[in-house]
Amino acid sequence: MNNKISVLLTYEKLNQQKCYDFVQDDSCGGIVTFTGTVRNHTSGKEVKQLEFSAYNPMAVKELTKIAEKAIKRFDILKIAIHHVVGLLQIGDIPVVIAVSSSHRKAAFEACEYAIDTLKETVPIWKKEFFEDGEVWVNAHP
Amino acid sequence: MTINTLFFGIVMDITGQRKTTLTFEKEMTIGDFQVYLLKKYPGLTDIKNFAFAVNESYVKEDYKIQENDVVAIIPPVSGG
Repeated sequence: MNNKISVLLTYEKLNQQKCYDFVQDDSCGGIVTFTGTVRNHTSGKEVKQLEFSAYNPMAVKELTKIAEKAIKRFDILKIAIHHVVGLLQIGDIPVVIAVSSSHRKAAFEACEYAIDTLKETVPIWKKEFFEDGEVWVNAHP
Repeated sequence: MTINTLFFGIVMDITGQRKTTLTFEKEMTIGDFQVYLLKKYPGLTDIKNFAFAVNESYVKEDYKIQENDVVAIIPPVSGG
């Protein structure tokens, strides 16, 4: 299983090519990648920057669980899930997911499963900074 | 019983600390601990919902906390 999964939580800039190269395989017929990018607005308000913090060891465990489940549930070859912690500017990349499979459908499905589940279960928190203050995303009803 | 407690995100802001060590005379479930935390930090009631992790894995309300467990309060996550 381990040679099929690449999970990374890092304070460094993400490298999309690294994710692509990890999942690339001569037996795959396609690679699906998802790249998250920092948006310059939320609910009509201008966002200045974002900060991601995490419960690092647990976040790595939860990311690994997602990757392992994706391998079990979908007919895919390899999966890479890389996420950043720290301060990010507009346009920066907080998350990259790459999935390879023999046939494209499984890779699309697994990639969507991975990002959807990441947003539900992985202990990572985003703080948005505005001109007039800052807000923890999702924290309030 | 000693419970090592970790706070993250908005919960860290509300409690004003990253971690604390709490001592109790009786056994506690996560549900009991939640009631205790809401009393100790009334600001937590403003949060939509929060989950608990023990030793880096999610647990449910009926989990019985063990001596020296590391209990993390997990406010709504927002990665990705």
